[in-house]
Amino acid sequence: MTETVIELAQVTRMYPGNPPVHALRGVNLRVGRGELVGIVGPSGSGKTTLLNVLGTLDRADAGTVCIDGQDVSTLDDRQLSALRAHRIGFVFQQFFLSPGVSSLDNVADGLLYTGQPLAERRRRATQTLERVGLADRAHHRPNELSGGQRQRVAVARALVGRPSLLLADEPTGALDSESGASVLELLRELHEDGTTILVITHDHDVAGLLPRQVHIRDGHIASDDALPTREGR
Amino acid sequence: MMHPSRLRQGDALRVAGAGLKARPLRAVLSALGIAIGIAAMVAVVGISASSRAEIDQQLQALGTNLLTVEPGQELRSGGTATLPAESVDMVARMGPVTSVSAVGEVDDAFVYRSDQIDELKTNGISTFAARPDLLGAVGGEIASGRWLDDALAAYPTVVLGATTAERLGISQADGSVAVWLGERWFTVVGILNPALLAPELDAAALVGWPVAEELLGYDGAPTRLYERSPESRVEDVRAVLPATANPENPEEVTVSRPSDALAARAATDETLTTLLLALGGVALLVGGIGVANTMVIAVLERRSEIGLRRALGATRAHVRIQFLGESVLLAGLGGIGGAALGGVVTSGFAATRDWPFALPLWALVGAAAATILVGAIAGAYPAARAARMSPTAALATV
Repeated sequence: MTETVIELAQVTRMYPGNPPVHALRGVNLRVGRGELVGIVGPSGSGKTTLLNVLGTLDRADAGTVCIDGQDVSTLDDRQLSALRAHRIGFVFQQFFLSPGVSSLDNVADGLLYTGQPLAERRRRATQTLERVGLADRAHHRPNELSGGQRQRVAVARALVGRPSLLLADEPTGALDSESGASVLELLRELHEDGTTILVITHDHDVAGLLPRQVHIRDGHIASDDALPTREGR
Repeated sequence: MMHPSRLRQGDALRVAGAGLKARPLRAVLSALGIAIGIAAMVAVVGISASSRAEIDQQLQALGTNLLTVEPGQELRSGGTATLPAESVDMVARMGPVTSVSAVGEVDDAFVYRSDQIDELKTNGISTFAARPDLLGAVGGEIASGRWLDDALAAYPTVVLGATTAERLGISQADGSVAVWLGERWFTVVGILNPALLAPELDAAALVGWPVAEELLGYDGAPTRLYERSPESRVEDVRAVLPATANPENPEEVTVSRPSDALAARAATDETLTTLLLALGGVALLVGGIGVANTMVIAVLERRSEIGLRRALGATRAHVRIQFLGESVLLAGLGGIGGAALGGVVTSGFAATRDWPFALPLWALVGAAAATILVGAIAGAYPAARAARMSPTAALATV
């Protein structure tokens, strides 16, 4: 089997409250290098918690989370931040681009916390913008771009550090179907180039376009294409 | 192992500045409080330094080596003592003394604008007999007309002090004006500028020594001696002056140094300066609270930015540095503006008074240190709050 990028074993996450919310109840998941995986589930199913745990933005209460061979439970804040800076790229539904800042510098900010000099960050940002097909929009600001273009800039920002893992949280959720399709097409192209990508979505049409689908419901994996025979549900 | 997260210093500065650039009006308004506080403090220090520089300059010009000798009180009777008539000559014979002169108050000789004026309206003007070398000894200057030289001293002529001329309403000293002095007309031949080291001359009318004795019944006893010696010998001279001026009763002699009084007057202004400085400090404090308020709001507004930065690999420390830096920059912006404003106020105030412009370096260094401190204190809590924020909560707010 291929090299493993994500390895989750019996991961649970509970949010205290009245009643407490069991967002993840013993999740097992393995994603190999170069895979393009859709995590599909209705809202409240725990998929955003799963993304946060995978992105090391949130910690699991129990179980092991290994990202790129690192058991994240042993890492402190600085080490987790380093992991995010160098190995993980995030794409969010709301893009989170800095207003008033050019596409080029928004993308270059993806390398801000790697300590590379500005000139090098911009050079790599230019390359990455070319790769997502926005070389001609490098000096446009977010408000001068369409929604689809903004999300492509956000994808480029996630990609510019050549992460081991790209996490996309509802990347088409704020886009019309045409723009959404173009963003998905971009993700498929990146997948063909070898990037490991995890897409979280509630949209079965979107998930249908992805090679591997993992369905999540009520905090556990309901079905996983990679394990068709073992998990019957 | 992996490279750690790292934010270059230049980038930290850029990130801190970006927050201010995004909302320039808010930045300017919240820096304004700091600017007013710093401007007030810098201007207070600058104005008092300029005033002191002016006094120093005057003292430099007038010299600080002038001593005055006055009769004190008679020990036994408690009445006013007198100096012997020959005291001027005795002081002049002392080795280090370079110049000496004297005035003698002429009792019961009052000055009026004309003989029609009510006798009781003396205007508080006293009449002094003055020796011809008086001006040189006290550093006095003629504003108009001429001084009582040897030729004039024997005739009924008078030189008026600056205040006297003003009170009598006389501005001309070309010999065409006379005043009613001691029951006869005296021609005004000169008017003096204010004498800083001998302010008693300002409200006096000065007549020649011989005229005073012949026409005004003056007894010839000097009431104030003016003496100069080289700066290095002033204290030595001061020690022996009483015994020299009045060998019989040295304890009845008072010696003083007028430049000390002038310097002391400058020092008394410091109470006011301290008070105003404290007021500026209050303004600075209020400005600091304004900055803290702005930063608390900024952290609340920019939760998603904080979440994004954490996702991009910022550590808690990076987030803290960003907001702390933003706060210090904000305060620093106010500090620079305030220091400039304070400098302008100082130079404007000094210019209207014809003072030299003086702004001590420590005031500017102090202003810079104060703004950095205020910015750091104001930003500490908001920055800690931003750093503590959990990334998932920060991202979930939109």
